[in-house]
Amino acid sequence: MENFNFILSEIFISISIMILLLVGVFKKNSSNLVYSLAIIVLVISLGLIFNSHSKDEIYFFKDSYKIDQLSIFMKIITIISGIFVLIASFNYIKSEKIFKIEYGILILCSILGMLVMISAYDLIVFYIGLELQSLALYVLAAFNRNNIKSSEAGLKYFVLSALSSGILLYGCSLIYGYSGTTNFDLIAKNILLTELGNVFGLVFILVGLAFKISAVPFHMWAPDVYEGSPTSVTLFFAIVPKVAALTVIIRFLYVPFVTLIDQWQVIIIFLSLASMIFGAIAAIGQKNLKRLIAYSSIGHMGYALAGLAVGTNSGIQNSIIYICIYLIMNLGIFCCLFTLKRNDKFYDNVEDLSGLSKNHPLISFSFLILLFSLAGIPPLAGFFAKFYIFISVIEESMYFLAIVGLLSSVISAFYYLRIIKIIYFDEATDKFDQVNDLGLKITLCLSTIIILLYFIYPSALIDLVTNINII
Amino acid sequence: MNFPILSSLILLPTVGAIFIFLTKSSSKSNYNSSKYLALFTSFFNFVLSIYLWYIFDPNTSNFQFVENRDWLNGFINYKVGIDGISILFIVLSTLIAALCIVNVCNHITNKLKDFLIAILLMESLMIGVFCSLDLVIFYLFFEAGLIPMFLIIGIWGGPRRVYSAFKFFLFTLLGSVLMLVAIISIYWINGTTDIIELYNLGIEPKYQNLLWLAFFSSFAVKTPMWPVHTWLPDAHVEAPTAGSVLLAAILLKMAGYGFIRFSIGLFPLASEYFVPLIYFLSLVAIIYTSLVALMQEDMKKLIAYSSVAHMGFVTLGIFTFTKQGLEGGIIQMISHGLVSAALFLCVGVVYERVHSRLIVTYGGLVSIMPKYAVLFMIFTLAAIGLPGTSGFIGEFLILMGVFKKSFWVATIASLGVILAAAYMLWLYKRVVFGKVINKELLNMLDLRKSEIFILVALAIPTIFFGFYPEPLLNTIDVSINNLIETYNKQIFLNK
Repeated sequence: MENFNFILSEIFISISIMILLLVGVFKKNSSNLVYSLAIIVLVISLGLIFNSHSKDEIYFFKDSYKIDQLSIFMKIITIISGIFVLIASFNYIKSEKIFKIEYGILILCSILGMLVMISAYDLIVFYIGLELQSLALYVLAAFNRNNIKSSEAGLKYFVLSALSSGILLYGCSLIYGYSGTTNFDLIAKNILLTELGNVFGLVFILVGLAFKISAVPFHMWAPDVYEGSPTSVTLFFAIVPKVAALTVIIRFLYVPFVTLIDQWQVIIIFLSLASMIFGAIAAIGQKNLKRLIAYSSIGHMGYALAGLAVGTNSGIQNSIIYICIYLIMNLGIFCCLFTLKRNDKFYDNVEDLSGLSKNHPLISFSFLILLFSLAGIPPLAGFFAKFYIFISVIEESMYFLAIVGLLSSVISAFYYLRIIKIIYFDEATDKFDQVNDLGLKITLCLSTIIILLYFIYPSALIDLVTNINII
Repeated sequence: MNFPILSSLILLPTVGAIFIFLTKSSSKSNYNSSKYLALFTSFFNFVLSIYLWYIFDPNTSNFQFVENRDWLNGFINYKVGIDGISILFIVLSTLIAALCIVNVCNHITNKLKDFLIAILLMESLMIGVFCSLDLVIFYLFFEAGLIPMFLIIGIWGGPRRVYSAFKFFLFTLLGSVLMLVAIISIYWINGTTDIIELYNLGIEPKYQNLLWLAFFSSFAVKTPMWPVHTWLPDAHVEAPTAGSVLLAAILLKMAGYGFIRFSIGLFPLASEYFVPLIYFLSLVAIIYTSLVALMQEDMKKLIAYSSVAHMGFVTLGIFTFTKQGLEGGIIQMISHGLVSAALFLCVGVVYERVHSRLIVTYGGLVSIMPKYAVLFMIFTLAAIGLPGTSGFIGEFLILMGVFKKSFWVATIASLGVILAAAYMLWLYKRVVFGKVINKELLNMLDLRKSEIFILVALAIPTIFFGFYPEPLLNTIDVSINNLIETYNKQIFLNK
């Protein structure tokens, strides 16, 4: 009999999803209740993960599901960010009139899918998790169905994502065909360098995964979907699925394909360079903040991939740190966006921020800190994220990657500065409404303070990830 | 002594800034509490730095008041300490910051609170730059200064402030990222970024040239050296007076300090190798920017270009690797810090009254503002390097050092001294002498008490060190000797 303690959180979430559905159907006007319950479910599942913390590696279901330090850490990050996304976007969802019972439930479904992805140690389990999270995301993107842009975003995301999933599945089937197994460990053993099919399988799988984290050249969907979806969903898109997808990439690269390192290293370096450069240049001309954040997140994924390209444990750890800091920064930026409300309308163009500092000094200050941090200026957390990545990159003497990465960070500083310029140097426009949502305020304050004061104790995140050893 | 005096120096302004941030001081109450807090903090910090100079022991070349704390998982430590070279810059920083705050309190009405916070944060970061003994910590302080300076130029600057702020930020950032690559490389080559350990270990000759270039790219932009000096005139012209003062007096000195501490200290062989490059760029800077300065119609721009020329002298002096050259370079930096700050303040005085920086607007100020004319005169002469001012000591020592190395370089550099006299005196003549053509000027009031206080506070050390540079030379002497000794040993070992 297997010890289900370690997967209690997944079991708990799936049962709660069903119960919440029933609650939503049978109790009238229960969106408020379901939404709060969804947050509570996440908090409890977080507690369940902490409760079953273990230092050993544990396998389930004939080695197709693995609990190790990586999966525990990434699950915690996923659930915590899920909780904060729900807390921060509560007000937005309410005022945009998309407050339906399905919202919370879909988020839970998608998080469940991510948890499965993170722990998956088998191609089939991995694919099930991936599809579970994607299907929920398709619906979420189109959640504001009266808005034509939102419907367009949902459709676009669905078509393109289905295509990429298809490619990924084809890759999986190739790998299965050539290695005769779906288990990651066995694939690593059976995989033969001489078989070209394996390399094809690897490339197809990487294409599918690169799509999920919107790395160039598989990024086309991101700007449109980010812009079209309701902002609360964009926030979810921008941070939570990235964590899961990055974990899966780490798993794929360093478990089944570890012997193909010469093959995939070039691909990852290319993806990383292309994303960094493209993200920096394409964002310059953007007028819509959500679009701009889409391009900036493409760039940031480039840096995270640079850590993975290195092929060392410290590289992986530093990528994980990068993604943690990245999601704190993005959470803060979106919280700022949620505050830009005037007469029941949310504003998300860069120009709307004009002179914000005059009427809203504190929100502007948060913006300032978060944007400088995204640009990677010391002593803010964003600098340390990049610093760790480049330490790993330079350790392996990949100077080209490091220099291009840093130069594109200078280019990207330009568009972050442009926003700061608009906030601080330009003439003030009308006031925005006063924010009176406590959850939003707390999330914004927390993320700003963490980013601002990270330099006092920069070892904090390193200590957390230091026992994640894949290789 | 266990009291962490350096950390207190670094932290005190930040603490002051936090208090100002928390006080409920608005434009209605004239920001009084913020003003007093800022003045108190900055002057207290100045007194503290003077005390530090007093208890500083000039007879040893070891780093003093060293503090070492675990910071980044044991592999990078927060380490600060000072030697004879840094102490002078620290005192300069605290003095200039305090005077800037006096200036700001009297002239800025828009968002004064934020301005004071920005200056105090700048002060913390500047002091941090001069006492950090770890490359990563140094980089952190060095780069973090961009944020407050960007805001100072952008929020309180002149009409083209946005362009200037962006140019300043991106130029400097672009220069420094290569330095970051070099710092991380040093970590992997030597296993530490601790400067004292690196001095002892030395860096392998085969890496030195590339690393030197990476550091150079950052310092050259910050110095600024020709041809990457173009951000400076823009930034100076558009920045508010206090911003220009901070830029000219201290930010530029970070680069000169960096050259001494890192380029020469860590990469002696590469420094030797790249001497022709430095000489060439410095000479171009001296001659070319002096000529450009001659043709300026904008007073601030003229002084900005003169800064480039003066910093050209500094780099020239530093890279002679002689005692005279290095000491001259440092004294020239201190002197330029005092004099250029004062000159920008002088321009600020008349700009605030007439709102024009153009030279043609003025003329005949001597009859309207006699006190102003006297003080302006002192600083003009100091900028030229007249004997009896600190500028003379610096330039004289530098030229002596350069003569030892190369006759021709020294000759060309001396031309720069003449050009400096030309543009400064011409500026002074056009602004102060002559007839009053512009009727607007007749209503101008002479210097107020606060302005006299600031300018006199700058004039006293300028003249004092001009006649008696002993305290300065005494402080840096042992450290410089040690630096040259290590340098010569390295060169000797590798030949």
